[in-house]
Amino acid sequence: MKRLLALALLAFALTLSLNAFAIDPLPFQNNAQRLRFQHLTRDLRCMVCQDESLLASNADFAKQLRGQIFDMMQEGKSDRQIKDWLVARYSTFILYDPPLAPSTIALWFGTPAIFIAGGIIVIVLLRRRTRPAASIAEESGDDW
Amino acid sequence: MNTAARKPAARFVPLIIFAALVAFFVVGLVWNQTHDARFVPSPLINKPAPAFRLPRLENPTQFVTKADLLGHPYLLNVFASWCFACGDEHPTLMAYRDKFGIPLIGYDYKDAPQDARAWLKRHGDPYHEVLSDPSGDTAINFGVYGAPETYLIDAHGIIRYKHIGPLTPEVIAKELEPRIHALQREGST
Repeated sequence: MKRLLALALLAFALTLSLNAFAIDPLPFQNNAQRLRFQHLTRDLRCMVCQDESLLASNADFAKQLRGQIFDMMQEGKSDRQIKDWLVARYSTFILYDPPLAPSTIALWFGTPAIFIAGGIIVIVLLRRRTRPAASIAEESGDDW
Repeated sequence: MNTAARKPAARFVPLIIFAALVAFFVVGLVWNQTHDARFVPSPLINKPAPAFRLPRLENPTQFVTKADLLGHPYLLNVFASWCFACGDEHPTLMAYRDKFGIPLIGYDYKDAPQDARAWLKRHGDPYHEVLSDPSGDTAINFGVYGAPETYLIDAHGIIRYKHIGPLTPEVIAKELEPRIHALQREGST
């Protein structure tokens, strides 16, 4: 039992470490800056290998943008400024977290809208079923 | 009663929902077939090209700036000797170099100048001028993320069009030539 638990813990630890990042030693001033860098680049898309983040990718492109982002951080630019700089060049596609814009309304509100519509349909159907027994009897035998 | 009256229509509700789902999937599939997700539209279209100052490939002691190229429209073709798709594109550029009607400027992207010079010597040089950007830092300002890419820049330095991926005779006939002709008409009036 204990061994099983240890094994489960190990498996869990391994899934955590899957959240890997590419290795290139950037001379951060302190750990806080390093964490901020990792947090920021994790939310940015590598345009060359689109399912990887800038943090995780080993592509040359990602390496170069990491360098640029690192430089901008040394210049004291905020996360917002760095993201704006990237969006001006590579469009909002580079952000994994899409901003609320006319083109993303369906993305942001589509799922809740479908969920609410589905909920309304379920409620209407349930109400109909719980109506007087007479109407149920009427409906029986014709069940879709 | 009204439940009875509603029944025939209600019978089709699942079918309609199913048909809607199928329609969604079909649209999604067709969209994926016809749109390559790797080709991200540039936010720089109809915006001024970034300022740059890059050495000439043939003579790195001489620099070319954005201002040097103002006054007439031109094509900026991002290529590299390490880029396979650029090799695919190359014969098309050789064939069209004099048919574009405007200068074709090469942009050697993240490439060792001597490699690019050797590559152009071996395959032929379709360019009227080649800029060299070994670090690729200026290319970031253009939003370059994969060669080959081709920009159409007008006489005022505004990016009018960008094509990602190799130029083909079809792309040139359908996308590029109409835009070049429009720019030339603009310029002559």
